[in-house]
Amino acid sequence: MGDNFSSKFERVCAILNKYNQRSDKLIPILQEVQEEYSYLPEDTMTYIATALGISPGAVFGVATFYSHFTLEPKGKYIIKVCDGTACHVKKSEDIIGVIEKELGLSSKKKTSDDMMFTLETVACLGACGLAPVVVVNDAVHGAMTKEKTAELIKQIKEEELANATV
Amino acid sequence: MAIKTAVIDNIIVPINGEKNLLELIRKANVELPTFCYHSEISVYGACRMCMVEVEGRGVLPACSTAVEENMVVRTSTKQIRDMRKMIIELMLASHDTDCTSCPKSGDCRLQKIAKQMGVNKIRFKQMKTVQPVDLSSDSIVRDPAKCILCGDCVRTCKEIQSVGALDFAYRGSDAKVITCFNKGIGEIECVNCGQCVKVCPVGALMPRYHINPVWDAIYDKSKTVVVQIAPSVRVALGEYFGHKPGTTTIGQIISALRRMGFDKVYDTNFGADLTVVEEGKEFLERYAKGENLPQFTSCCPAWVKFAEQYYPEMLPNLSTCRSPQQMFGSFAKDKLTKDLGIDRKDLVVVSIMPCTAKKFEANRDEFKEDGNPDVDYVITTKELALMIKESGIDFDNLELGSFDMPLGFSTGGGVIFGSSGGVSEAVLRFAADTLQKGSHQEFKQFRGNEKLKVSEIEIGDVKLRLAVVSGLSNARKLIDKIRRGEEHYDLIEVMACCGGCVNGGGQPITDDRTAVEKRAKGLYDNDKMLPLHISSENPYIQQAYNEELTPKKAHHLLHTTYENRRRILQDDFLINPAENKTVSLTICFGTSCYLRGAQTLYTRLMEHIREKGLESKVEFNASFCGKQCKKGPVVTINGNTIEHCTFEMAVEEIEKHV
Repeated sequence: MGDNFSSKFERVCAILNKYNQRSDKLIPILQEVQEEYSYLPEDTMTYIATALGISPGAVFGVATFYSHFTLEPKGKYIIKVCDGTACHVKKSEDIIGVIEKELGLSSKKKTSDDMMFTLETVACLGACGLAPVVVVNDAVHGAMTKEKTAELIKQIKEEELANATV
Repeated sequence: MAIKTAVIDNIIVPINGEKNLLELIRKANVELPTFCYHSEISVYGACRMCMVEVEGRGVLPACSTAVEENMVVRTSTKQIRDMRKMIIELMLASHDTDCTSCPKSGDCRLQKIAKQMGVNKIRFKQMKTVQPVDLSSDSIVRDPAKCILCGDCVRTCKEIQSVGALDFAYRGSDAKVITCFNKGIGEIECVNCGQCVKVCPVGALMPRYHINPVWDAIYDKSKTVVVQIAPSVRVALGEYFGHKPGTTTIGQIISALRRMGFDKVYDTNFGADLTVVEEGKEFLERYAKGENLPQFTSCCPAWVKFAEQYYPEMLPNLSTCRSPQQMFGSFAKDKLTKDLGIDRKDLVVVSIMPCTAKKFEANRDEFKEDGNPDVDYVITTKELALMIKESGIDFDNLELGSFDMPLGFSTGGGVIFGSSGGVSEAVLRFAADTLQKGSHQEFKQFRGNEKLKVSEIEIGDVKLRLAVVSGLSNARKLIDKIRRGEEHYDLIEVMACCGGCVNGGGQPITDDRTAVEKRAKGLYDNDKMLPLHISSENPYIQQAYNEELTPKKAHHLLHTTYENRRRILQDDFLINPAENKTVSLTICFGTSCYLRGAQTLYTRLMEHIREKGLESKVEFNASFCGKQCKKGPVVTINGNTIEHCTFEMAVEEIEKHV
């Protein structure tokens, strides 16, 4: 962020000050706060409501309306599966199925219990030539198959395990 | 000048400043169905029931179409009729249609309009969802499976009450009307006024019924069950039995209650008379000393909770008087247990109120002795009607009854409490009579259905400036002006519901748009019919003050205290963890502390901690109200609470521990 705040909450205060506590700036405020926490914690939303002089229900309404916002903490690895037209035709649904099965996820449950993985589907990543595409954090994996996807997850898990035992 | 007109269903209708086409159509005596239109709140245009055909413009929702000269409108065509029926069918397909066991059945607008539109078959697959019913509140029950997403409750809570306890969340087919973070409605800033219940067209928001425990108490031979009836109930209950709003049916109500098995039937107006005397005395004292003015009334429990949440610094200005319901309760439990020689636990006080917030009020800890409440159960006007119907009583053919003495005797000062302005009028009658014996003034300037009534009154050489306000958003505007020093008043009456208790959340739901005025008129008529009009002239009140109510006892039984209340039940949360903590600091970020600079204090403390390299030793927590609002900002350091905390004070305390 370029500043030396030691706490996320301090950063929230700075964001609120930046927008002069204006309630019509709720969306940009939520966007910046989400960048900080990777999600929107309840307490923080209540605090934002207090600072902007609006009801927490109104903040909650906006936060749940836009799919950009998430109210749940995300995992260490964010897996984005492209489900745009090209990837969809190349059976991206099968890949989603494999990931959900491997990690115990579903369309309602996006993050694994160990807080390691979050699965997201996106409309198009603009890499249609590589369809179907999976992005893990910032690494792009093209021309994915069910087998390659299972292998990718296994590899990440093994790396994590190795790091944990060092 | 020629009158502007429009043509509605072949009839020429004059235009007279109607704010939208729907109002004009209704004036032409066409009852267009609507779910989401209420003249007092903003136009939403969601339900699409009021679609009409405007020549040259096609099908439009009447509620959000402006009236134009020479418009040619058809309110029913084949296309419109088919559309309306289809909309109803779609609503019913995703609605919990268990009508026979739904408490709203009979008052339900969805049921009524479906019948009106002749919908007797649903062509779509039932998509009913199972959703838990929210039973967290003493006052209001929320059943989300019945919600049709009209948003009436959302706009009422936000626009009329400025609370915003309910809002839309999620999107598209997942959209819901919900409380913040889907918490229980009893765990958030809801003030229990029940105005959402009044506008909800279906059974998604209902009063919490307490009918069963009341029957159980009546059936229990070891209990003496007494009942008090609020003024507004007597001018509204008749509506459930075919009477016009405002018709007084107190004689029938008393007889019905005796038949149902209540041992004594008393009047909340007795409590109101007591309130007038206590609150009037308190006001004259404050006025003489110039202390804690303006004095705010405290009869309305929704207003009290609102003040506790949003205006903690104004709490010393609230009258310490309990509401009439609670004065009656504490006085009755004290007096009747002695008079009848029974134990407190064997005396059950039931009250019948036009209000959902009274249920919350009766359950407040301030109004309990050793856990036993002064008022055991509160039922609304609607619940009383249900109990009478359940008993099979032929209401209209009841012989009329009269109240039991002495707690059933009241003056006109007590009866007008149910209308916005009534409390002020009654207190002024008392004050004028105290200052100028025998003056018998009436103070009619506070009658009428305006939301804010301001008047300057002269009684002898005392000049008073009073405001009567109803609807909490109107109260908020007024208080904000007082805070900024723009306005000055001596006495302010606040009622949460527009028009006062006659429009309470427990009152009958009616299509008569003038019902509130008619009920208020009914109360003023009751005042006229009573022999006495000044509460202090009530002989039984005088007797009470002569015999049992010593000043000390009056204070104990008739007055109360208020608490700073957090808006949402939420635990403190850790904002800065520390690895080797030796100091745990909690800073309050509630509304009041926020306004007193809690955020700046926090930011400066963080900078200081960083400069001193204490980040690993000092842990920061945030709290959403330590209930010390008047003394904010409040910081707690290792269990030591510092009020009016400054940066220097906090640093000094931190240094002691590192």
